[in-house]
Amino acid sequence: MKCSDFLQELTNYLDGVLDARTKAELEDHLAWCHNCYVVCDTTKKTIEIYRDSQLYELPDDLRTRLRTAIMSKCKQKKAESSS
Amino acid sequence: MGTIQPKVSEPVSDELALVQAAKAGDVGAFEDLVRRYDRNVFRIAQHITQNREDAEDVVQDAFLKAYGNLAQFQGQSKFYTWLVRIVVNEALMKLRRRRPERMVSLDEDVKTEDDSVPREVADWSPNPEQLYSQSELHDILSRTIQGLPPSFRTVFVLRDVEGLSTEETAEALSLSIPAVKSRLLRARLQLRERLSRFFQKRKNGGDRNGGDHNQ
Repeated sequence: MKCSDFLQELTNYLDGVLDARTKAELEDHLAWCHNCYVVCDTTKKTIEIYRDSQLYELPDDLRTRLRTAIMSKCKQKKAESSS
Repeated sequence: MGTIQPKVSEPVSDELALVQAAKAGDVGAFEDLVRRYDRNVFRIAQHITQNREDAEDVVQDAFLKAYGNLAQFQGQSKFYTWLVRIVVNEALMKLRRRRPERMVSLDEDVKTEDDSVPREVADWSPNPEQLYSQSELHDILSRTIQGLPPSFRTVFVLRDVEGLSTEETAEALSLSIPAVKSRLLRARLQLRERLSRFFQKRKNGGDRNGGDHNQ
């Protein structure tokens, strides 16, 4: 397996959707190719950092304000459609 | 090396009952759906628009559009996938309005030269996120994902941040499964490349100005 083949399968590998044989070939490549090992490991960390970062959390006060605005418009729509 | 584990759990089974009740005119049931998904909707909207005000507008517009079109939700997909489709469309519309000079489309399969060939192959620190305060880290993550084309960051946020499956992402974005996979791979690799400048091990220890060096 070449490094470019490894890269092509990287997403499937990290998502755990490879068949056993391809997975074994990839892991065989990882065992001796340090660069691919680092790319694989740091790609995994990239995903985990974004997933666990709580980036763009909705603050409670804004959350309440938005929901109040949404629900008042929904009630208005309902009243219009039933009148 | 293990696979990544999605953090999002399956929606609870009463969701369909809430949708049916909302369809039948129960506004309170719709409010429960808003509570259930407003944080996700805001996160997706801000990832795509990269603008706080736009993201607030998208949250309101998307839920109102969902409310107005509940009759069209047939239940073949999850309510959340159906909602995400509306959110992405609203967010892209905002982006187009703000950047009319640039075509913004999910269909673009942006080809930049060798964008997926790793150049940075240094190991990262064992706990890279601990190198920075939370606000510094958020700033780094935000600036880094901003640099991706909208079509890439949309796929990345749905798959890797929100935990949608490849199939759900394809459905929400009207893309083929190979198109989702190709964008996801390139998004992950480009983010990895850019984050490496901040998170790689420092030879001289303690130096956190790695972002300045040229690659």
